[in-house]
Amino acid sequence: MTSSTAKGSGRRFSVGPSLPLLPFLAFVTVFLFVPTVTVIIGAFQTAEGGFSAGSLSYLGSAAAVAALKGSLIVSAASAIIGAVVGGLVAYIISTAPPRSLLRRVVVSVSGVLAQFGGVTLAFAFLASYGFSGMVTLALANRGVDLYGDGWLFRLPGITLVYTYFQIPLMVIVFLPALEGLRPQWREAAVNLGATTRQYWLEVGLPLLRPAFLGSTLLLFANSFAAYATVAALVGQGAPVTPLLIRQLFSSEVLLGGAVNAKVLALEMVVVVAVVMALYAWLLRRTSRWLR
Amino acid sequence: MTRSPLNRAVRGIFLLLVALFFAIPLYSMLDFSTRDIANPGHRTGYAWSLLVKDKDLFASILTSVSLSVLTVLLMFVLLVPTMIWVQLRVPKAKRLIEFICLLPLAIPALVIVVGIRNVMLWVNYFVGHTPFALSLPYVVLLLPYAYRSLDSALSAMNANTLAEAARSLGASWLTVFTRIIAPNIRAGMVSAAFIGIALVLGEYTFSSLLHYDTLPTQIVVMSKAEARTSVAASFAMIVVVSALLLGLSFFTRDRSTTEGT
Repeated sequence: MTSSTAKGSGRRFSVGPSLPLLPFLAFVTVFLFVPTVTVIIGAFQTAEGGFSAGSLSYLGSAAAVAALKGSLIVSAASAIIGAVVGGLVAYIISTAPPRSLLRRVVVSVSGVLAQFGGVTLAFAFLASYGFSGMVTLALANRGVDLYGDGWLFRLPGITLVYTYFQIPLMVIVFLPALEGLRPQWREAAVNLGATTRQYWLEVGLPLLRPAFLGSTLLLFANSFAAYATVAALVGQGAPVTPLLIRQLFSSEVLLGGAVNAKVLALEMVVVVAVVMALYAWLLRRTSRWLR
Repeated sequence: MTRSPLNRAVRGIFLLLVALFFAIPLYSMLDFSTRDIANPGHRTGYAWSLLVKDKDLFASILTSVSLSVLTVLLMFVLLVPTMIWVQLRVPKAKRLIEFICLLPLAIPALVIVVGIRNVMLWVNYFVGHTPFALSLPYVVLLLPYAYRSLDSALSAMNANTLAEAARSLGASWLTVFTRIIAPNIRAGMVSAAFIGIALVLGEYTFSSLLHYDTLPTQIVVMSKAEARTSVAASFAMIVVVSALLLGLSFFTRDRSTTEGT
């Protein structure tokens, strides 16, 4: 039992106390690091087992470019809509008293809805705006064709469905920044003769800008990485990158399908990593004032 | 602060429209799943009764519920002792463990699926091709959420002081873990369990692409023949998951008020 004296001695390096961490480290190695490394290495592997960057040329193929474009459009559109609507909701409830019912309900419900997604969300929208959805039928009775040519299963529809979890996520991540906006700053501005408009343009918005942009980036990464919702919504075709990966991953017949799936997965990792790095950078800028 | 009536009205209308956007899909699910196709305009509970009567669907419900419980138990076995140990004995490793636990937020689940085929072949070799094999990769998906819940509970208590007191009174490490630390982080463990069950119940990326039969995959399979039942099952899942997540928000709020932060 002398090993317990190792703690706090600082100078002496001892491996002993770290040993109990091994099961955890082994587990994440097998189920997190190995799969990720498999994707990265696999993206550079040729059919014969050698290595080459040639497989990356798949990124330039028409299908991959179209899917990436679709993904970027859906992610950007749903992030911007989510950020604007969610930001406004967050602003409105931030002006309510902290213990008010409205505020507590919106925060709790947002916490739940931000986790929505996947099969259940896809079916919720099919039941409302699908071919025999409630809203579609209700409008059809009034002579309005809401279903149209199946927009729900293409980029506009995917974007609409994604806003369902993007708006609440924005409320959750942006509310702390709004709460950091001290009423004293506004009082100070008003005392110095500023109008409401001047206060927002010269004090409020510049302070909130890094937090708003950061939250928008987080929303972008959130929908760029999403798979389950769009997979359950869109049965076939590949309007966005995750669905093209599904196509390649599931078709054993297609030559090079496995390698190309890994190439696209690597593309996803890179995009998400870049966006998250920007997010982290903006978050640090935010913390200077609003934390 | 006083606000003009116009200002208040605009705010109210805006919130109402947003609330409608969120309420319509939920209400539509109730409407859709209770439609009586034979007698238009009438309601029937037929689609809902299939949740229990349809053998495949009911079996998949049981599978997903057991799978979520198994995953949460595995997550506890793996993460709780590790985090307590880091807190008490190797605080230097805290940043590393935190980084690893939050990593799954930055790596899309789809990417892990694309790379995990060989690992899962190996897992299947040991346990057979059963949905319960999914509990292993699912633990990775839960890490960020579980870590946050457990970490806030651990930081809220005086773990090191209590452990030292117990040790100096002659308690073994096992006693410290099970009788000193664990009871004090129970709230964190409950919220980690809630969000874990909620996430596993709805998980579709792994189960569909790796061909395991769980509730979400069964809902999609059924939608071709009996869309109303798929919608009914989805709605039931939303109710259960919302209850879990709302319960979670109550737990976290209670703690934050007692912390007085």
